[in-house]
Amino acid sequence: MNISAANMDFKQLNEQIKTAVGNVCISHCCGQRFIGRGFKDKTITIHGTPGNALGAYLDGATIEVRGNTQDAVGDTMNNGKIIVHGNAGDALGYAMRGGSIFVRDDAGYRTGIHMKQYQDRKPVIVVGGKVGSFLGEYLAGGLIVVLGIGTEDTPVGNFTGTGMHGGRIFIRTNKELTGLPAQVTAEIAGPEEMSEILPLLSEFCSLFGVAADDLIKDSYYVLKPNAKNPYQQLYTAN
Amino acid sequence: MKEGQVRIPSGCAISGLIDKTGKRMSGEAIIRSISVMRDRSNGLGGGFAAYGIYPEYKDYYALHIFYEHTAAKKSCEEFLERHFDIINLSKIPTRRMKEITDEPLIWRYFVTPLPTKLAESQLDEREFVARCVFRVNTTINGAYIFSGGKNMGVFKGVGYPEDVGRFYRLEEYEGYCFTAHGRYPTNTPGWWGGAHPFALLDYAVVHNGEISSYDANRRAIEMYGYKCTLQTDTEVITYIVDYLHRRKGLSFDEIASVIAAPFWQTIEAMPPEERETSEYLRNVFAAQLITGPFSILVGFEGGLMALNDRLKLRSMVVAEKDDIVYVASEEAAIRMIEPNLAKVWSPGGGQPVIVRVNGGER
Repeated sequence: MNISAANMDFKQLNEQIKTAVGNVCISHCCGQRFIGRGFKDKTITIHGTPGNALGAYLDGATIEVRGNTQDAVGDTMNNGKIIVHGNAGDALGYAMRGGSIFVRDDAGYRTGIHMKQYQDRKPVIVVGGKVGSFLGEYLAGGLIVVLGIGTEDTPVGNFTGTGMHGGRIFIRTNKELTGLPAQVTAEIAGPEEMSEILPLLSEFCSLFGVAADDLIKDSYYVLKPNAKNPYQQLYTAN
Repeated sequence: MKEGQVRIPSGCAISGLIDKTGKRMSGEAIIRSISVMRDRSNGLGGGFAAYGIYPEYKDYYALHIFYEHTAAKKSCEEFLERHFDIINLSKIPTRRMKEITDEPLIWRYFVTPLPTKLAESQLDEREFVARCVFRVNTTINGAYIFSGGKNMGVFKGVGYPEDVGRFYRLEEYEGYCFTAHGRYPTNTPGWWGGAHPFALLDYAVVHNGEISSYDANRRAIEMYGYKCTLQTDTEVITYIVDYLHRRKGLSFDEIASVIAAPFWQTIEAMPPEERETSEYLRNVFAAQLITGPFSILVGFEGGLMALNDRLKLRSMVVAEKDDIVYVASEEAAIRMIEPNLAKVWSPGGGQPVIVRVNGGER
C-alpha cells in the first residue's frame, strides 16, 4: 500500500501504517517521528526524510529508507532490519538488543552506545562511511562495523569504546588507531575474527551495490574489552 | 492538568538560512522550515531574527520594544528622546490570530545617538547603544528592548514559531539571512521577552539545549557590565558572544574555541602551534567556557555561525544548495524548503560553521 506523507503529522501517519494491510511504501516523508515503532512483521519503504526515532523498539519488521535519516534510528530495537540508503544522525542503534542496521554512508555521534546481547539476540550495526565520537560507548554486547568508505582519515571520532565491557567493534582503516581508552584492546583482526563479519560485508555490498572484493581483503582493527578487567575493584571487590 | 498526567516530548528547534551573495529573500521559507519541527516546541515561545530587512534605514539602530502598558511606553520614549534622534517610529505590523494572545504593545524605532550625548559619554557608538538598552531593560518597569541592531530585527513571542512568524507578517520582509527558534522552556515559565532569539546590537542567538555553566557564565559576564535579567541561558550566551567579538575583538573561529573549548586531552594531541592557541584561549577566557548541551545559531551583520557543544549533545545538520547555506536541528526542516540539496553534513562538536556574505571579514 502506498501512503503519501505530505502534510501529515506523525500520529496520523503511524496510524495509517499500522492499519495498512501488507507492506507499506511511504512517499514525501518529511520529519514524521516514530515510524515503524515496535512493528513485528511489515516491510516499510520510505522515500524522503523520516523523523527521529525511526524504528524505535522495532521487533521484527524491515524498514528501508531511500534517503537520509535523523537521530535515534533503531532506538532500543529488539529484532528486524533497518536499511538506510544515505546518512544516519546521532545515537544510531542506541541500547539496541537485536536485529541489524545497515547505513550506506555516514552516521553521527554516539553510534551503537549501550548495545547489549543475550543468548540468540545479537545486535549488529554496519556503517559504510565514517562515524562521530563516542562510537560504542558503554558497549555491552553485539557487533559494530565501520567501513570508512570514501574517507582517507580514521573513520571514527574521539572516545571510541569508552566504558566498553562487551561486544566487538570492527574498524576498517590503514591509519593507526590512537587515543583509545584503557578498557579496550585494539588488534588487527585475524581470519577467525574476520569470519564473524564476512557475511555482514557481503550483505552490505549486495544491499548497496558495492564491490565486495576490496572490502574483504582490507585490514580491520577489532576492538574488544580488555580481559584484564580494569573495572575490577573500581567500586567494590568483585 | 497536573504534572505527571501529561508528557510533552519536546526539545526546542532551531533553523537558519543565509544567502552567501547577500541576495534578499522573503521570510516565508524560514516559517515553513521551522514549522516542520513543531513537535520539538510546546507553544511557549517562538521567534525569528532577520538580517538585511531595513535597507532604507540601514544607518540607524532599529529598536524593537515590548511595552506592558502605556506608562512604560511614555517613560521609555522620554528616555529615547533624551539619548537619540528618532527618525521614525511605528507599531510593528502584526496580524490578528487566535493562536497568539496576550501580546504586549510592540513598537519599533529607528534611531541614532544624539551627537552631544554620544560625545559626552566618551563611548564608542555601539557601546553607547548597548548601555542604553541595558538601562531601559533594567530601570524602566514594563519596557523591554528585544532587538537593537542596524538593518536587522528580532520578531518573537509566546506561541508556536510558525504562528509567531505569521503574527509578525514575516513573509512580507526580505532579508539575506534568517534564523528561527521553537521553544520548549526548561527553567522559566515562558513570556514574550524570554522567547528566542536573544539579541544585543546586531548579534542574535537562537539556542537548543540547556547549558550547565549558566550561573558561572552569568557571574563572569556581569563583571563586565552586562545585566542578565531573565534567568535564561541563551541571554548569557548572547552577552558572551558580544563581549568576545565586539569588545575583545576575537574572530568567530576563536569564539567557538572559547565557548566550546576542546578537552585538555584533545588539546594535548594537537600540533604545537594549534595547541598553544587553544591553551591560550582556554586559560584566558576560562569563565566563558560553556558546558552542557547546546546547538546555537549566532546571527551577526553579514554572517551566521552554527555551533554545537563539544560533546555534541544536540543535533544539527548543515546543507548547501547554490548560494544558500541551511542549518537546522533536523534535516527534514531543510528538505521542506529545498528538497534537492547539493551537500548535507553534520559538523562535529565544537566545530563551527561560519558563513559570511561575500566572503566578508566581520
